[in-house]
This record gives sequence, structure tokens and C-alpha cells, in this order.
Amino acid sequence: MSAIELTIDGKKIEVEPGTTILEAARQLGIDIPTFCYDPELPSNGACRICVVEVEKARALVASCVAPAGSDMVVHTASERVINARRAILSLLVANHPLDCITCEKTGECKLQDYCYRYGVADSEFSGEVKELSDDDSNAFFVRDMNKCILCGICVGKCQDVIGAGAIDFTKRGFVANVGPAFEDSIEDSTCVFCGLCIDSCPVGALIPKYSLGKGRPWEITKTRAVCPYCSIGCNVNLHVKANEVIGVTPVETNPVNRGHLCIKGKFGWDYLKSGDRLTRPLIKSNGVFLEVSWEEALALIADNIDEVKTRYGSDAIMGLCSPKTTNEESYLFQKLIRSLGTNNVDSYTRHCHAPAVDGMMEAFGSAAMTNSIEELSDTGAILVVAADPAESHPVISYRVREAVRNGAQLIVADPEPIGLTDLAQHYLPLYEGSAVALVNAMAYIIIEEGLQDQAFIDKRTEGYAAFKAAVSKYSIQDAAEVTGIGEEELRSAARAYAGAEKAAIISTVGANYSAAGGGLVLALANLALLTGNLGKESAGLYLPYGENNLQGVSDMGALPAVLSGYQLVKEKAVRDKFSRSWKTEINQNAGLSAAEVFTSGENSAIKALYILDENPVTCIGEENVETVQFLANLDFLIVQDIFMTETAALADVILPAAAFAEQEGTYTNTERRVQLTRQAVNPPGEAFPGWAIIAELAGWLGFEWIYDGPSDVFDEMTSLTPQYAGMSYERLKTRGLQWPCPSEDHPGTAVLYEGRFSRGLGLFTVVDDQTAVPSRTEISVSSAAAYHACQCQSDSMSKRSVINNFKRDSGR
Amino acid sequence: MYEKHLMICGATGCLSSGSSQVEEALIEELEKHGIKDKYRLVMGGCPGFCEVGPLIVVYPDEVFYSRLKPKDMAELVEKHLVGGEIVERLLYKGPDVDAPARFYDTIPFYAKQKFNVLRNSGLIDPESIDEYIMRGGYRAFTRALNMDSTTICEEVKQAGLRGRGGAGFSTGLKWELTYKAPSSKKYVVCNADEGDPGAFMDRSILEGDPHAILEGMLICGRAIGADEGYIYCRAEYPLAIKRLKTAIEDAERYGLLGENILGYGFNFKMNIKEGAGAFVCGEETALLASIEGKRGMPRPRPPFPAQSGLFGKPTTINNVETFANVPLIVKEGGVDEFVKVGTDGSKGTKVFALAGKIRNTGLCEVPMGITIREIIYDVGGGIKGGRAFKAVQAGGPSGGCIPDELIDLPIDYDSLNQAGAIMGSGGLVVMDERTCMVDLARYFLSFTQKESCGKCTPCREGTKRMLEILNRISEGLGKPEDLDTLDSLATSIKDSSLCGLGQTCPNPVLSTIRYFRNEYEEHIEEHFCRAGVCKELFNYRIDEEKCTGCTACVKACPVDAIKGEKKEPHEIIQELCTRCGSCIEKCRQDCIMITPVGSEADVSN
Ligand SMILES: Cc1cc2nc3c(=O)[nH]c(=O)nc-3n(C[C@H](O)[C@H](O)[C@H](O)COP(=O)(O)O)c2cc1C
Ligand code: SF4
Ligand code: SF4
Ligand code: SF4
Ligand code: SF4
Ligand code: SF4
Ligand code: SF4
Ligand code: FES
Ligand code: FES
Repeated sequence: MSAIELTIDGKKIEVEPGTTILEAARQLGIDIPTFCYDPELPSNGACRICVVEVEKARALVASCVAPAGSDMVVHTASERVINARRAILSLLVANHPLDCITCEKTGECKLQDYCYRYGVADSEFSGEVKELSDDDSNAFFVRDMNKCILCGICVGKCQDVIGAGAIDFTKRGFVANVGPAFEDSIEDSTCVFCGLCIDSCPVGALIPKYSLGKGRPWEITKTRAVCPYCSIGCNVNLHVKANEVIGVTPVETNPVNRGHLCIKGKFGWDYLKSGDRLTRPLIKSNGVFLEVSWEEALALIADNIDEVKTRYGSDAIMGLCSPKTTNEESYLFQKLIRSLGTNNVDSYTRHCHAPAVDGMMEAFGSAAMTNSIEELSDTGAILVVAADPAESHPVISYRVREAVRNGAQLIVADPEPIGLTDLAQHYLPLYEGSAVALVNAMAYIIIEEGLQDQAFIDKRTEGYAAFKAAVSKYSIQDAAEVTGIGEEELRSAARAYAGAEKAAIISTVGANYSAAGGGLVLALANLALLTGNLGKESAGLYLPYGENNLQGVSDMGALPAVLSGYQLVKEKAVRDKFSRSWKTEINQNAGLSAAEVFTSGENSAIKALYILDENPVTCIGEENVETVQFLANLDFLIVQDIFMTETAALADVILPAAAFAEQEGTYTNTERRVQLTRQAVNPPGEAFPGWAIIAELAGWLGFEWIYDGPSDVFDEMTSLTPQYAGMSYERLKTRGLQWPCPSEDHPGTAVLYEGRFSRGLGLFTVVDDQTAVPSRTEISVSSAAAYHACQCQSDSMSKRSVINNFKRDSGR
Repeated sequence: MYEKHLMICGATGCLSSGSSQVEEALIEELEKHGIKDKYRLVMGGCPGFCEVGPLIVVYPDEVFYSRLKPKDMAELVEKHLVGGEIVERLLYKGPDVDAPARFYDTIPFYAKQKFNVLRNSGLIDPESIDEYIMRGGYRAFTRALNMDSTTICEEVKQAGLRGRGGAGFSTGLKWELTYKAPSSKKYVVCNADEGDPGAFMDRSILEGDPHAILEGMLICGRAIGADEGYIYCRAEYPLAIKRLKTAIEDAERYGLLGENILGYGFNFKMNIKEGAGAFVCGEETALLASIEGKRGMPRPRPPFPAQSGLFGKPTTINNVETFANVPLIVKEGGVDEFVKVGTDGSKGTKVFALAGKIRNTGLCEVPMGITIREIIYDVGGGIKGGRAFKAVQAGGPSGGCIPDELIDLPIDYDSLNQAGAIMGSGGLVVMDERTCMVDLARYFLSFTQKESCGKCTPCREGTKRMLEILNRISEGLGKPEDLDTLDSLATSIKDSSLCGLGQTCPNPVLSTIRYFRNEYEEHIEEHFCRAGVCKELFNYRIDEEKCTGCTACVKACPVDAIKGEKKEPHEIIQELCTRCGSCIEKCRQDCIMITPVGSEADVSN
């Protein structure tokens, strides 16, 4: 269709068909007021403040919903328009408390701004006003519906974007309202406290409790940081007044969360101010911790490390790195441990994700998520198996909802309804443990009906013949029996997945450390290979990690067998490269893994252990006896953390670290995006950023490290790490960069395996296992293996936060 | 073969005045005489004259019996059916006829009517598809099966049919737009929500001739390429829903609905959706949302339903009466016949529900272009109680009033619009001198204010403020600037509301101000309601000169506010009087006056 030309306020403009008058005016820099317009919601047209005059039209038109028409002549500020806007403001104000003096929203309230703009000081109408009582039911926000102007944005966000469906319009006429059904309180609704409604409300009707009375918009500085909880890596603005974080809003312009958050990112940061924060180094003396100076603590560590090294050799030393540390901290940490002559460095939680890592390594030759989160919105079909993204990675579930709004087919395979079931055109409530059979049956149907991508199979894969033979062993009737899903449902799900131009798969089964999920990961990889859904946009495998920087910590080489960028310790060229840069020898033997060491109990070869931000003692919800035994047998235990944890309590020295808002650095999210997080406030007391503590300790241990700041560390790392080679803090500022990014002019890589897999050809693997895979429910029932288990570090934050009040089972 | 057919009105109005009991008594009588098999009894659709129900029409004699009671049946059977003699006593009598009248030709109520849409109502058994077919039913549909889409749309356009649900949009054009919208799935939706207070035109058609609607929808489906239809019917219309269900089942049995209809490879599935009862659900986009299971709230147009309607598919939505007209147009030679009736811009007939201070309340179908005078004085039999005609409210809560001076206005879409009213769905509320125009505006606005869906600011908040001003005026608290405020508020609401409800709901206020400004001013400035409606703004007084002391008023007064000796002039004690109006209704001497508060003078005339 050809462009549309119209005239707005005397200026001509050409726009695409379907552009609204509002969008066209904005392109011309004409500012039309809006209350209810939100580009991500379906057209609403409720508040009418955006009306404009279109010549020859009978009535004024709402510019936010009216499409621009050819040869339209539009006036956005005629007298008629201004009068209508004044009337609307006057009507709103007549039914509004107008307690701007104490209102939290003052200064960024649209109603206030527009009244100012159009000179509406007081209403010309007087009469009945709403007198509703506040909904103060919950720990997170207050709903003052007397201030609500019923723009409906919160309803749209809650229903369409979040999918919580906690609120809707209620009643009609003057008493129409917005809220939970049956006038329930929000606490008793299906609200998940994502906070999106709060962030979208144009007036002061929804106010987060954390900011009550804390500060005015103009007193606040906003610092951009990255959420410390899950591996999505949402970008947040930290609101700071007088060295205190007093609020959080989502960053709207970044591709990861695009203005969305979940309860953790929105409300979970108050642990920063917890009284449990460590503020000074502690040394255990006769079973009690004494506050000491940094010098004393570091000297003691240096002495003890030297002693262990002399007495037992370097391999008696180990470092355990938390997946919550920044790239800079984890990079320096493994550098420190390796500089001590051992490769005994690991990230405890990584083995939780071993099935995902191993499965993808086998099929593709590397293990990272194949595509980007934002691409999900444009995919044609999504298969969700053994995952509940609404619980584990909410932002992924928002993207799935968006995809379905855009017309995607959604297939949910889970024994129990999950947070996305309501949306799924294909819900397959399969029997527990039959997911591999289901996926294989889908593959069988795809082959039988000739829906596979033969060109892709021929050119880009190997092992197809054996795979085809294996899946053909079972009939659909067999599969129907094993899975409990009828043939028709199986067929239509298979067709929906294979029939889409681009189809994606989401599963968190890879997060199951019991390793039984490996088969399913392979089966899913087969399905994607079969349909050519790899190496292209909006397709691929989404097996997101749990912890926020698990990807980064692995990338940084906090692993026993590899240095940063997965460069093998056993390869001489690699060791030489690092030795040259680090000016130290690197041990050629791979180190011990955390899993090996932690189960070795009293017989452990490890005598000194340095733990960053991990709490292995109670990692899985309850005390781990084996771990305690192992820790008790150490000669020397160093714990660096932000809280006094159960593990720290066993330490000889505790070093107080800075939390996420208190330091600059980078995190790499689950889609391989390296993002910059900034310092908003000072760490409490004498706490220091982790990277700085490690660098300082290195000095005490006799190494000459000089870093001016975290970006120095980052630059050293990129010079040694091919995937990160083209990155710098400067380049990370707005959108971050996805690795591989080999050179300074490389835009980063959103989609892996375009043209080639890491191992060359994609490998079909026979997974002839009809029973062994646990379903998501089994996983969450046995919480030892559950997703949340792998977020155990988060627990130490969330249990010191208001989000601990959220009863997960309320609502749904 | 039956000797005679007896059509008993079995529609909602007569059912509530006792037509079932009449039917029982009739059956009993017939059985008593052992002649039940000779007569065919049908509980049929509403023939319109509900005012004088329950009623029975005897065919082929075309004798119209009215105001029937069960005990009348003995005489009716004995005299008429057995004896072949008309029962004069039960014929229609009224001030508009000199002698008891038989039916169409002699009852003035029917004389100026023209039955298109109500062609079968009261004539056939609405639960019998055979009778519908016998009367030519489904012939237009079979003709349409042999036509292509464009030709059907063209004929409907040529006939000049305009939507009967309110806005009066060209039906043929609407169909054509839907036909041209590219999609493999399309819908036909019948708007049977009929939410206007007092309206029951659509109900009568639904109850009296359900197949006509199915046929109209099928023709539409054929024209636009739809294979599924929904009838969105108010849940308060259980009889209509029952008859529709029967009609759908029968049509399915006859192969007129379902797969491969009559072997033409045309499929059509018909669904009924019961509405939840909100007025705004009659607005087309809200109605579609409601069918989809969402809250019935309007959404902006475009996209129009013809482009993106039910479940996002191109949809034609028409009113009940619109669909009922369609078979008349699409039948052989239908267009020519159809365009003969009506005016240039408004073809065909329109069904109106007559209500208010009129003698013959009920349903009538009249040719477009008939004047208000004809409707009120000829069809309607004039004003009740012989009072003076003041105005008529056309188009329900979205419409406006038309005053006495425009009594010769022809009723068609364009003339009504020009006068500040609308055709709407066809409600006509007649008002006499005892109707207060401020109160009237208040009544309609309080209805729309309650029914506003609450989505858009002008309608939700603005109607409330308008209503508050009207309330104040009617309580004597009006301010001189109120009329200007009402006017500008009304203009803003009309100009900037999202849907038709907001865009039209100020009409009753605007039109009453336009034609009866002095009445508003009198309320505001003189605190006087001349019609004697706004209770704070008048007193009842007894004209001492005229009062004969008959004491009728004393007996009527519930609070003993009237004193006076028998045969002496009486007096109302103002402190006690609650202005209930009982006395004025009872006084035969017409000596109770409506006077301004605190004034002795009778200024009411
Ligand atoms: C508030 C409101 C209520 C309405 N109610 C009805 C109704 O009850 N019945 C109806 O047929 N049309 C109603 N309409 C009009 C419909 O929106 C629509 O115009 C009509 O169904 C189209 O059919 P037609 O072209 O055959 O008239 C209403 C419109 C509004 C704005
Ligand atoms: S919501 Fe806005 S207008 Fe209302 S009191 Fe608060 S600042 Fe003032
Ligand atoms: S905070 Fe609750 S009500 Fe608000 S959008 Fe999120 S889920 Fe919905
Ligand atoms: S609470 Fe806020 S966002 Fe929700 S409808 Fe009211 S004004 Fe709009
Ligand atoms: S989705 Fe993950 S990164 Fe985003 S706010 Fe929630 S916990 Fe934080
Ligand atoms: S005009 Fe009234 S009924 Fe229509 S959308 Fe607006 S508030 Fe709802
Ligand atoms: S108006 Fe009613 S209360 Fe007043 S005098 Fe007459 S009957 Fe009595
Ligand atoms: S912003 Fe356009 S109607 Fe609200
Ligand atoms: S209901 Fe019987 S005549 Fe109208």
C-alpha cells in the first residue's frame, strides 16, 4: 500500500498506512496529550484527551486510535479541541481529590501536567465525588481509586502483557471502577505484584509503598542497573535520594525487558538496606567473630593461604564462585585462584544446569541459548515443555503472550496447568515423565506428514537416518498411550510447531541437576533440527538459566577445565596466552569440580576454600550435612558475601562485599547479552565491591595487579576472550552486546548458528527413552531439583526483602 | 380442514393481561360443545394493539375481539362459532369510532398502518415453519441461493433499506463492505438486544415471526460469504429465545440451516447468545465483545465490524427489524414493491412503539413519511384524557423531543435528524401538557448515565454533571448560568465521546432546551414547574369559585391534607400536602390548579 499524505497543523507529512493521527503528529514533533494510550496495548480510546479536529468529520476524533487518512486536514490545537480538552480535564478534576501537595505523583502526574498546560485550576462542576477507601491490603502498593481516572492502562497491562488478570473494569456509569472482581482486595486477587500497573498509571492512583514519603521526583537521581535475581537481566532505574535507593522503575528502552519487570526486580531490592548486611571484615577467634580492619583480615588470609600452599601444595586451595557475581569479580577470582597454581575453581550452581549444557554441547557444540528473548514476540509457534516461565522467568512469559497476541500458536505440554495454559491453543496435559515420548511422537508425525525441513536436514545436520529410524519404532497409538494425549491433539500440535515459519521451544528442564532432563534437551534439539528452527531469528531453543550471571561466570572461566571464553586449560597455546598476560604460570591439569569436592566429606584434598556469595550449607532449602562436614574439615575458610549466611558462620574470615546497586560491573544474561550495571549508592560501612577486594587480596598474596576500576578488568578480560573481544563499557551502555562479538565493529550476535553450528553440523541424537524424564511438576514437587533450588543465592536476598511476603499460591 | 382459525395474541403484552387464561377458557368451551377439532387455535404474535388486549382475531371473518376475559368465551363460542353471529359486545369500541368496529377496515388504529415487517405477526403460528413457508417464507432465500453476492447487495441497496437499529446506515452498503473484506471466515450478527426503555418492536418480531429473521440473516450470509450467524438476544426475552430456538431447530430439520443447504454448497450455522442486559451491549462493538465473552464495552471504530468484527473477522451486524425487511426485498419483484412505500431517503415502513399519554398505546407499523399528527391522532387515537399534545420523544434516550409546532413533520430519518431527534429503534413517547420537559430530560439522562459503560471520560463524568444540574433545576436550585453550562457540556460530550451512547445521550437535554427553553427558565428563575411534576416547584390549590364541595378529593388524599365542609369550597393545607397528585386526578370539576409555590394565582394555562 502506498504512503498516506495528510496535513497536521498546516504541516504536510507522509506516513505508512495504519499510522494513527497521534503517531503522525509525534513524527512532526507535535505533542498531543494522552492518558489512556499505550503503544503496547490494543487500541483503547477511552480518555478522549487526545481528541483533534479533522476537517469534514462530524465529531472530534481520538487521535490515538484514529488512523491517518489520505488528504486529511487535522488541527490539534483549535479552539474546539482546546475546549474539549478543558472540558475533559475539568470533568476529571471535579471527581478527583486534588491533594497534589502530599500526593506521591506530584511532578510526574499527567493530570497535573495537563491541567497546568490548559489552565484548568479548578473544576467548573461540583457535585458528587468518589469516596472509595484505599486498598492497602498488601505489602507492595496502595491503590487509591479516588485518584483513578479510569484510563484502563493497568487493566490492559495486567491482562494482556502480564496475563495475571487481577483487575478489570467493574460496575457501570459514574460508579464504574477498576479493580479485582467482586471488590476483593488486590491481596486476594490473582495479582503477582509485577508492578507494571504502578509504572504505567498516569496519575497517583497506584503507589508503591517503598516510596511513600521518601522523596519528590525532582530530588531523585536515576541510575541504570541490572536486576540481580534471574538470568533475564532486566534493566532497572534505581531511584536514589541521599545515598539511599528509594524506588525502582523498569528501563523502557532496552531490548531485554522493554519496560517490564517481575516482583523480584520491582520490589526485591530492599535487602540492600537489611540490618543483616555485613559492614566490616570479621575474623573468628575462639568461635566468635571479631570486627577487624581490612589489613588484618587480608593479612590473615594471605598467611593462611601461604601456609596451606606450602604444606599441601596449590591443589589444596579452591575457589567457589557464585553465579551472582559480576563478570569482573568472577574473572578476577578465577585469575587469583589460577595464579595460586591451581585450576580448582568452580561455580557451584552450574552443575544444576548440566543437562542443558551437556545436551546442547552434544547437539550443537556449544551450550548457550540460541536466540534472544525479544525475538520470541515475532515467532509463529512456541512449544513450552516442562517449564513454567510465568513463575521462573516472567519476562519470557510476557514475550510469549505478546507472540500469541501477534498470532502465534502456543503449545503447552505439562501435566498440570501452568501460567500460560489459558493462552495455549494446544494444551497437552501429558502423563508425568512422558515428555520425551511426546516430543519424539511430534517428530514422528512431522516426518510422516512430510513437514520436516529437508533442505536444512540435508545441508546442516548429521545422524538423521538413525534418528528417523528410532522415532519410527513407535506408532502414534503407542505415543498416545504413553503420553495420554490423543492422536488428533498430537497431530495438531506437531502441525502447529512444524507449520510455522519460525518456531521456538522453551524449557527449563535443563535446570534440573538430576541429569535426567538431558534426554529431553536432546529430544528438543532434534525437533528443532528436524524443522530447521535453528540459526534463524525467532526460532531456536530457549533453555534459560536460573541465576542472573550464571552465563557470565561460566564465560569468565570460573570453571575447573576452562579459562574465560571456554578456552581449554589443557591446551598449551591457551595457557601460554594467559600466562603472558597474567605474568604467572598456569597449571595444566583441570581442577576439581564443586560437585566432586563437596561430596568428598572428610577425605577432601581441599584445605583452604574461598567462597564468593554462596551459601552451600543451606543451598537446597535445608542444611546439607555432607557439605557441613566437608567445610568443617577445612583448615581455612574464607567467605565473601553481603550477608551473614549459614555458610559464613563456619568461616574463619568473612569479607563484607558490595551488593548489585553498590558497584559497577557487567552481567551476561541468559541470551548471552553482556550488560552494564552501575553504582547507585555506596556500600554500607566498610563493604567493598567484590572485584576490588579480590584485587586487593592479590596484592597481599604477592601479585602485582593494577586496575583503575572495573572497566580495566573488563578490558583485560576482553583481550583474552574471543567472544567478548569487541566489547567495551562504552559499547555496552544502551543495549548491551550479545556474544560472540569478536571485533569492535561487530554488532554482536543475536542468533547463534547462522550458517554453521559450533561443532560443524547439527547432530541428531537417538533418545529412545519413553519414560525417564521428569516433568516440571515432578521437579517442583521435589524441590531439591527444582528451579528455585538453583536460585538458592536469591533466597538469601529475597528472604530479607518484602517479596518474601508474596504468597505464591494466592490467586491461581 | 379447519372451519375457522382463531388467533389469540400470545405475545408478552397480552400474556400479562391474561391471554393464557382466555385460551384455556376458550378450549374448555369448545370442548364443551364438542367442536374443538373444527377450529384451529394459535397463540400468535402481537398484532400491535396491546392496549386493548387480550385479543382474538377470527379468520377468515377478520373479526377482532378485544379486552377479552375468560368468562367471555362462552358467548364467543356459542354466538360466533356455533351461531355464526358476531358478538358486538366484544368488538373494539372507542372514542375514535362511531360504532363497534370489526378490524383493519374499520378500526382507525389499523387503517393507516402498512404491514411489511409485521406481515405474519398474529397471522401465523410462530412455532410453525410450515405456516411461514405457506406464506411465501424462504422463497427469497432460495432466490438468493441462485444469485451472486454482488447482485444481492445491489438489490438491497436499490431498495434503499436503512438500518432500523438506530443510525440508519445503508444496509446494502454495509453488506457490500463486508463482502469485499477479504477473509475465509465471516459472521452475520443479529442485534436483538433492544435496550431502549419501553421499546418492544424487536421483541414482537422475534416472538411473532422468528423465521423472517432467520431468512434475512441467511440471505445476508449468502451475500457476504458468511457461514455462521449469531443472534444476540436479551435474556429478558425468554419467549423470543424459545421461539428462535424452535425456529432454528425446524430450519435445520428442513435443511435450511446446516451444511450444504438445499444442495447449493452453502453452509450456515446459527447460534443464539443471551445478552446480559446492559443497554450499552446493544452498541455493536460492545455486543461483539460480549459474544466473545468479554466485558461488553465499546471499542473505537475503525476498524468497523465489516472489516474486523466478531473474533476479528469481517462481520455484518444488523438489527432485527432490518433483517425482517430483507426477504421482502430479495423476493421476486421485491425491490419494486418495496420502494413504493416511503420517502426518497427513507424507504419502506417503520415499526413504532407508541407509549406515554396516548390513547392507543402499542405497536404500529407505518409507512415512512407519515406525519407525527397522523400517528398521534389517527393511529394513536389522540391524547389520553383529552389533554393538549405537547411533544413527542422520538428515538428513546438517544433521541430528542419534537414539539407541537412540528406536528406535521414527516417521520423519516432525515427530517427527524434535522429536528434534533433520531429515528432510533422506533420508540415514540407522547407527552401532554402535564409532562415536565426538565423532568423528561432528567429521566432519559439518568437512564443513560446509569448505563454508560464508564470507559470514556466525557460520557462517564459528563453525564453525571449534567444530571446533577438537571436535578438541581428540578429542585428549584437552578442557577441562571446552568443552561449555558448544560449546553457546552452537552456539546463536549457529543463531540468527544467514544461510542453512540455518549454521542447521543445529551440529545434529550439539548432538544428540550431548544424547544422548551422557557420552561427551563421558569424552573430556574421562577421556581415554577407548570406541568406539576417537579414536586418542590408548585402547589396544588383548589379554585374556590369552582369547587362544589363534592369531597372526592378529600377521599383521595392519603395524608388528610384537604379540609372543607361538604358542599362548601375545599382547601388544601400546603404544609401537609405531599403533592402526590391523587386529588387532581379525582376532581371532576377540574378545580384543582397548579400554582407557583406561595402564589394564589393559577398560571398553569
Ligand atoms: C448505546 C447504544 C445502544 C444500542 N442498542 C441497540 C439495540 O438495542 N438494538 C439495535 O439493533 N441496535 C442498537 N444500537 C445500534 C447498533 O450499534 C448498530 O448500529 C445496529 O445494530 C446496526 O444495525 P442496523 O444497521 O440494522 O441498524 C445501539 C447503539 C448504541 C450506541
Ligand atoms: S494524582 Fe495527580 S492530580 Fe491527583 S492529587 Fe496526585 S498529583 Fe494531584
Ligand atoms: S501488580 Fe498486580 S495488578 Fe498490577 S499489573 Fe501486576 S499483576 Fe496486575
Ligand atoms: S489505576 Fe491508574 S492506570 Fe489504572 S485505570 Fe486508574 S488511572 Fe488508569
Ligand atoms: S524477570 Fe528476572 S531479571 Fe527481570 S525483574 Fe524478574 S527476576 Fe529480575
Ligand atoms: S460513550 Fe459512554 S457508553 Fe460509550 S464508551 Fe464512552 S462511556 Fe462507554
Ligand atoms: S396532592 Fe395528594 S397530598 Fe396533596 S392534597 Fe392532593 S391528594 Fe392530598
Ligand atoms: S489518549 Fe486517546 S483516548 Fe485516551
Ligand atoms: S401483546 Fe397482544 S396485542 Fe401486543
